Amino acid sequence: MPPKDPTPVLDARAVERTLQRMADEIVELNDGTEKLVIVGIQRRGVQLARRIVSLIAEREGVEVPSGALDITLYRDDLQTVGPRPVVGPTDLTADINGRRVVIVDDVLYTGRTVRAALDELADFGRPARIALAVLIDRGGRELPIHADVVGKKVDVAPGERIDVLVKELDGRDAVVLARREEPA
Amino acid sequence: MTGPLGKDLLALEPLTAEQINLVLDTAEPFKEISERAIKKVPTLRGATIVNLFFEASTRTRISFEFAEKRLSADTVNVAASGSSVQKGETLVDTARNLEAMRIDMVVIRHGASGAAQFLADRIESNVINAGDGTHEHPTQGLLDLLTLRDHFGNLAGVKVCICGDVLHSRVARSNIWGLKKLGAEVAVCGPRSLMPNAIDELGVTVLHRIEDAIQWADALNILRLQLERMTAGYIPSLREYNRVFGVTRERLDRAPKDVLILHPGPMNRGVEIDSDVADGPHSVILDQVTNGVAIRMAVLYLLAGGNPKLAEAAKGALA
Repeated sequence: MPPKDPTPVLDARAVERTLQRMADEIVELNDGTEKLVIVGIQRRGVQLARRIVSLIAEREGVEVPSGALDITLYRDDLQTVGPRPVVGPTDLTADINGRRVVIVDDVLYTGRTVRAALDELADFGRPARIALAVLIDRGGRELPIHADVVGKKVDVAPGERIDVLVKELDGRDAVVLARREEPA
Repeated sequence: MTGPLGKDLLALEPLTAEQINLVLDTAEPFKEISERAIKKVPTLRGATIVNLFFEASTRTRISFEFAEKRLSADTVNVAASGSSVQKGETLVDTARNLEAMRIDMVVIRHGASGAAQFLADRIESNVINAGDGTHEHPTQGLLDLLTLRDHFGNLAGVKVCICGDVLHSRVARSNIWGLKKLGAEVAVCGPRSLMPNAIDELGVTVLHRIEDAIQWADALNILRLQLERMTAGYIPSLREYNRVFGVTRERLDRAPKDVLILHPGPMNRGVEIDSDVADGPHSVILDQVTNGVAIRMAVLYLLAGGNPKLAEAAKGALA
């Protein structure tokens, strides 16, 4: 069921501008592109990571190595809610040992996804440093985790949720605030 | 609360095409885990799985054990020899005693058809059938489907012939159910003495000459000829079987197209399959073994979790 009157937070041009600023901040934070690896979290974090990689390539002339993480198998709620039906691919062929890894995700909320991503990254190697970049920080953390690069902070009231749309999957770029559907 | 496959995986016969495709799709990302330097994810941390093997098995038992360990489960192997089964303990008593030690899942291989179902009806743990008598071997069927899907993309209309001892084969039955549900065309080929009565009622074509099977098929799934069948009088001799039903290079060379070769193992080289076929360019026999671990990880994952007590506790914490 489509949510009632979603309130726009960012339109396509604002998403583009925000990603450009995030790309610049990521390069600044890591003193350039040397040793940088960008890793997106399935699903929409992967698309955002790819955009950031190409924005960095335009500005810096360097294609930084990138990858995709699916954290489903590292979740802490299998015993409570049961298996997620769809497990996406993890594709991390870039060597992360001694590199500066930036995790990219669409929304930072409880921090549990990021916790799982940190665990998964540790199984692939020992980066020199791991940073976190998110398009939207909506507050509501349940773990001591913070983002180093934030596109936009949004206050989300109870009964609302934030949706990030990307054109590769949703046909358009946008961030909207929608009313949460009542569980049936 | 139970997962998308229910509490147990006992057979492919009761599953829907959607459930089978879900297992195959879930197996895809699990393939990658076995390619990592650290071949382990924490998904089933804390779960205890008993592998209860009342029949000899190397490949299936090791494949399950790898799948369990790569998901971080704790595993115990029980073989019939050297256990209290030898002292006459019944299947249900063995399982209930194991359950009293607080286990989560049982993987069972047993010589009696229906043994897995019998157990699943009587214990609370998830039960996975790793082969029961001449009934079914669902994870073998699923890994064969995955291997065929890897090759053909989609199984609809693909012609698969199951060759050899169909009568005694649980692999044949799981294959027939799974392939039919995914829209493949299925034939069986073998000596009349090793063909079940009324097999055509399962909607398969019966071929009596291996040459016809090779002409017809896109893929052959060649069953192991259980050597003890010869002494039981089903076939005159192994040499005769090879001469009439053996899949040889010469026979395949006469086929109108390349035929994909599958075999569930263990192979009798020079009996049902010749070495240059088993090791040839169209053989996917070792891919089947690789896929077996991914399929079993997918099945374990899909059966696990959803503990109602823990779900209640989590809800309470949120409130």
